[in-house]
Amino acid sequence: MKVSARLREQFSSVMLIASLFVIWEVACLLFNVSAIVLPRPSQIITTLIVQLPALWPHILQTLVTTMIGFGIGMVIGVLLGIMVGVSRAAYNAAYPLLVGFSSIPKVAVVPIFVLWFGSGTVPAILTAMTTCIFPIVVNVATGLATTEPEMEDVLKALGASRWQVLWNVGLPRTMPYFFASLKIAVTLAFVGTVLSETVAANRGIGTVMMMASASFDVPLAFAGLFALALLGILLYVVFAIIEQRICGWANRKNEFAMA
Amino acid sequence: MNQQSAAASSSPPSRNRIVQLEDVRVRFGADTNAFLALDKTSLTVEAGDFVAMVGPSGCGKSTILKLVAGLLRPTEGVVFVAGREIGAQRIGIGMAFQNPTMLPWLSIRQNVMLPLKIVEPYSSTYRIHKNTLFRDRVEALLEKVGLGGFGDHRPWQLSGGMLQRANLCRALIHEPKLLMLDEPFGALDQFTREELWSILQDLWIDQRPTVFLVTHDLREAAFLANRILVMSSRPGRVTEDRKVDFARPRTLDTTYEKDFTDLTHSLRSLIVAAKQKEKVTS
Repeated sequence: MKVSARLREQFSSVMLIASLFVIWEVACLLFNVSAIVLPRPSQIITTLIVQLPALWPHILQTLVTTMIGFGIGMVIGVLLGIMVGVSRAAYNAAYPLLVGFSSIPKVAVVPIFVLWFGSGTVPAILTAMTTCIFPIVVNVATGLATTEPEMEDVLKALGASRWQVLWNVGLPRTMPYFFASLKIAVTLAFVGTVLSETVAANRGIGTVMMMASASFDVPLAFAGLFALALLGILLYVVFAIIEQRICGWANRKNEFAMA
Repeated sequence: MNQQSAAASSSPPSRNRIVQLEDVRVRFGADTNAFLALDKTSLTVEAGDFVAMVGPSGCGKSTILKLVAGLLRPTEGVVFVAGREIGAQRIGIGMAFQNPTMLPWLSIRQNVMLPLKIVEPYSSTYRIHKNTLFRDRVEALLEKVGLGGFGDHRPWQLSGGMLQRANLCRALIHEPKLLMLDEPFGALDQFTREELWSILQDLWIDQRPTVFLVTHDLREAAFLANRILVMSSRPGRVTEDRKVDFARPRTLDTTYEKDFTDLTHSLRSLIVAAKQKEKVTS
């Protein structure tokens, strides 16, 4: 019962993507759209498969860069989130700064990173990192700041230290918020990496797409987009699975609905 | 600070008095909208006593609880717990609120075991004993409150009454010297509540902690406590200090005897009087 419901759900999302591609394909054929303007999905997928040996190092480059940036961003984001979340004063004081920081278009900081570190992998990692920090900080801080005081009081009355309260109540309670932010952050990290690669790099999917569009190889540019989308979905799924393992307790409503 | 320690040395806290409040005032809020939650209150409680606090809402009952638990500092005066000023010691006070506050990511057993992870002398051997000695201890206590076999359940699988039983277990698992109960049975139906009174009484007779119980239920106070403090509000102060000496263990039949109903009746009139006075002054 439970399994079949889940299968049906997955089947419907596959169907949605497939039908979108079919509409796209048919519309391109019907209106005779040139491949230079908008290639058909079949052309894009063919290009992706044919060019895969050449694309693979770039995909790997983008993936690794993103994961490094995301990893560093996650560590910094969690630490900042804890610092901001444990005290109301820090929360109120730091919030405007965080909002201001996140409002800066990331495309504007890439030249600065290039200026400091030269073009290549380092600015891409840093851009990925700065793009994904904000949602993590905000969610971790919100999770901590909204912990029920009664939960903390029970431990404080026992004589627990601030650290023990944080470890036993604050952090576990924040896990669902944290994972929600990870799913957003990992896709944002991709945006950051590709952004930096299109501006200043000689490897990565961003670079491939820049070169492809410069030589009017539009199917290849779209193949790059598809590769990015696939990587994004892949990582999203990975984090969704980890989330289900670690904080399934927070999603029990779904379980009941499906059971 | 100097004044406080001078006051302390002038009347050394007795060994038997586990809790001692000396001229304690608690003020909440800043200048203009500040209000006195607790006015100059002095109170001593003997070790092993069962004290119930009744009174209208906002009379500082929970404030006293938080003072003793060390969750709140007095604006004026001193609070001694176990012969020392609060904050200076960690004696591991058991606490339970009306809301059971079970942690949803832990099983009932893990929830009940939480104090053993925090409080000495258990915490230093927690890793060694958590799957043997401590586990048995939790099971035994769950059994006592009628939750035998529910250790592996998750909090959301239990009813409100069952959660409150687990909550009591969590407050008592480390055999605290002090047990703070803030309307623990307030959200339960009459029958569950009365059953839990008897369970709590049994646990108290077993372990003999000093209990502070905040309640709105006068029958609950009269059934459980050795001593009832009636409080009035704005500013909060203790207006009446009653000894309750019905024989233990008390049964639900006790609650229908004349002495018992007389007691709850007179408590009721005291609280009504306090409320009327409050209306006149405000």
